[in-house]
Amino acid sequence: MFSYKEIKKTALISLWFVFLTFPIMVIKVDPIERIVRWRWDNAIYVGVGIFFTRFLIEYLKDRNNKRQAAKRSANKESQPIIHSIIANPKQRNIVIVVLLSTAFIFPFIFSTYQTNIMITALMYVVLGLGLNIVVGMAGLLDLGFVAFYAVGAYSYALLNYHFGLGFWAVLPIGGCLAGLAGLILGFPVLRLRGDYLAIVTLGFGEIIRLVLENWNDFSMGPSGISNIDRPGFFGIELSLNGSIMYLYYIMIVLMIITIFIVNRLQDSRLGRAWIALREDEIACQAMGIDKRKTKLVAFSLGAFWAGIVGVIFAAKTTFINPASFTFLESAIILSIVVLGGMGSIIGVIMGAFILILLPEYLRAFSEYRMLVFGGILVAMMVFRPQGLISNIRRTYTFNKDQ
Amino acid sequence: MDYFIELLFSGLTRGSIYALIALGYTMVYGIIGLINFAHGEIYMIGAFTAFIVATVLSIYGFPLLAIVVVAGVAATVWSSAYGYTIEKIAYKPLRHAPRLSPLISAIGMSIFLQNYVLLAQTSDFLPFPELIPEFAFMEPVAHIVGSSDLVILVTTTIIMLILTFVIKFTRIGKAMRATAQDRTMAMLVGINVNNIISATFIIGSALAAIGGLLIASHIGQINFYIGFIAGIKAFTAAVLGGIGSIPGAVLGSLILGLTESFATGYISSDYEDVFAFSLLVLILIFKPSGLLGKAETQKV
Repeated sequence: MFSYKEIKKTALISLWFVFLTFPIMVIKVDPIERIVRWRWDNAIYVGVGIFFTRFLIEYLKDRNNKRQAAKRSANKESQPIIHSIIANPKQRNIVIVVLLSTAFIFPFIFSTYQTNIMITALMYVVLGLGLNIVVGMAGLLDLGFVAFYAVGAYSYALLNYHFGLGFWAVLPIGGCLAGLAGLILGFPVLRLRGDYLAIVTLGFGEIIRLVLENWNDFSMGPSGISNIDRPGFFGIELSLNGSIMYLYYIMIVLMIITIFIVNRLQDSRLGRAWIALREDEIACQAMGIDKRKTKLVAFSLGAFWAGIVGVIFAAKTTFINPASFTFLESAIILSIVVLGGMGSIIGVIMGAFILILLPEYLRAFSEYRMLVFGGILVAMMVFRPQGLISNIRRTYTFNKDQ
Repeated sequence: MDYFIELLFSGLTRGSIYALIALGYTMVYGIIGLINFAHGEIYMIGAFTAFIVATVLSIYGFPLLAIVVVAGVAATVWSSAYGYTIEKIAYKPLRHAPRLSPLISAIGMSIFLQNYVLLAQTSDFLPFPELIPEFAFMEPVAHIVGSSDLVILVTTTIIMLILTFVIKFTRIGKAMRATAQDRTMAMLVGINVNNIISATFIIGSALAAIGGLLIASHIGQINFYIGFIAGIKAFTAAVLGGIGSIPGAVLGSLILGLTESFATGYISSDYEDVFAFSLLVLILIFKPSGLLGKAETQKV
C-alpha cells in the first residue's frame, strides 16, 4: 500500500487540490481598502490534509475489502451489535428501561440549557422520523420538507395570535394542516419521477418561505411573529424553567409515540407497499398496489409529523420568522436520515443525536457545521449508502439440519 | 413603450445568462441522467474566481483589457477544474447506484461548496469590479439598453454558435451525442465514455463560469449564495425547454428571463423568485417532458 507508485499518485492528487483551492483559499481581497492578503499557509494545510485523507481512505477501503473477503470465506453473517440487541427481547427490554429512565431524570440532573438543547435534538429526531417515512420507506426524495414544518409553526403562531387558541388545541390542527398541505402538493406532483419530484418539492419549499416573507398582511413578513404562548399545563402558570422541563417531557412522549407508530407502520400492509414501491414501481403496480394513493399517504403522513414538530417549535422559541425555514433546514433533516440509514428507525434517532448534539458541544467547530453536513451527504453516498445503522429486512432462512 | 423595450432587453439579458447555466444542466442530464445540483455552485465559484483575480489585478494596476481577459480565463479554468473534480469525487463512484444516490450526493456537494466559499472568503456581499465599460456609441439609448446588456447578448450568442458547432461537427461533439443516446453502444464502438463524461462536465462548467463572470459584472456584487437561486432558475429553464435538449435549454431560458422581467416590471418585484418556482412546478405538472424534450418511455 505504501509503494512508491501510491505515494506519487497521492502527492499528485494533493497538488491538484492545492491548485484547485488556490484562488478561494489562498487569496483574500478587500475591494474597499484595496488590500490583497496571500494566505499561503492555507495551501499547505490543503495539500497535507488531502495527502493524509487519501491515505486514510485507501487504508479503510483496503481493510474493508479484506474483511468482506474474510466474511465471504467464513460464510456467516455477523450482525451489528444493535441488531442483535433488538432481536433478543430480554436485552431489548433492559436497554429500553435504561434509556427511558435516563430520559426521565435528564432535566433533573442537567441544567436548563442542556435540557433546551435536548429538546432541539428530540425535535429533529421526530422530524427525521417523519422524513424517513417519505424518503426512507417510500423512496420519494422530498427537499421541501421544511415547508410543512413552517405550516405547523405558522398555524400555531397565527391561530394563537388572532384567536388565542392554546397549544393543545392547535397541536392536532397544525399537524392536520401540514398533512393537508402535503396532500395538496402531493396530488399533482407524485406522478413525477424521483429526481423531478425532488426539485418540485424544493421549489415548493422556497415558494412557501418567499410567500411568508412577502405577504406582510398574513404572516407579518420577515419580522416574524413574537410572544407566542408556551404550552399550557391545566391552566397553571409555569416558570420559565418549569415550562422548558414540561416541553421536554412533551417531546419525549411525542418521540415515543412517533417511534411506536412508525415502527408499526413499517410492518403494516401500507409500510410494505411503500418499500415495494421504493424498490420497483412497475412490479409494485403489477401486484395491485394503488401507486398514487400509497405515495400520497406517505407524503401527507410525513408532512403531518413535520407540522406537529412545527407547532412545538413555535411554542418552544415563542418567536418565529421565515428565516427559520430555509432550504438548509431541509438539508439538515435529510442529512439526519441519510447518515442514520434510510428506512432505519434507530439509525435516524442516532443520526439526529449525532448531527444536532455534536455541533452544540463542539462549539469551536460549529461554523463548520454545514460544511460537514454537505461532506457527510457525499461521503455517505459514496462509501456507505446504507447509513450508519442499516435497516434490516425481515428475512426467513431455512436450515436443512433442523 | 420605452419601458416595454427596457423590460424586453433586461429579460433577454437574464435569459441568456440562464441559458449559459442551463446548458450545463441539460448536457450533463442528457449524458448521465443526473440533475447536477452542484452546477449552480460551479457558476458561483466562477464568479468568485473572476472577482478575486480581477480585484487583485486592478489593485496591482493592470489595464482593463488585461483584467477582463485574465479574469475570464481564470474563471473558466478553475470552474472547469471544479466541475471535473466534483464529477470524479461525487458522481463517478455512484454511476451504478440507485437513482437517488447521485442526487443526494450532488446536494451534499452543493452545500459543501457553498460553505467552503463562505468559510474561506466571506458571507458579505462583495462589490464586483466594473469590467464592462460604458460604450460611447450606446449613449443615445443608454437609458433603455445598457452597454453590459449588449455585451452579454453578443457574448452569449457567440458562445452558443461555437457550442452548436462543437456539438454538431467535431469528433468530441459526435461522441457526446452518441454517449447520450446509448452509453453501452458508444462504448462498443470505441468511445472512451469516462473521458466524454468528463469533457461534458468541463464544457458545462466553463459555460457556467462565463455566465458567472458576465452576470456578476452586470449586477455589480456577488456573495456565496448566488449559485443556489441561479442554479434553481437555470434548472427551471432547462426543464421548461425539455431537459437533455440543447436548443430547448436556450429557448426555456429566454422564456423564463422574459417572464421574470415582465412579471417583476408589471406586477410586483417582491415575488420575483416565486414566479420562477411556480413556473417550474407548473411545467413539471403539466408537461414534464418540456417544450422541445422527448417524452421518456420506460421499458420493462
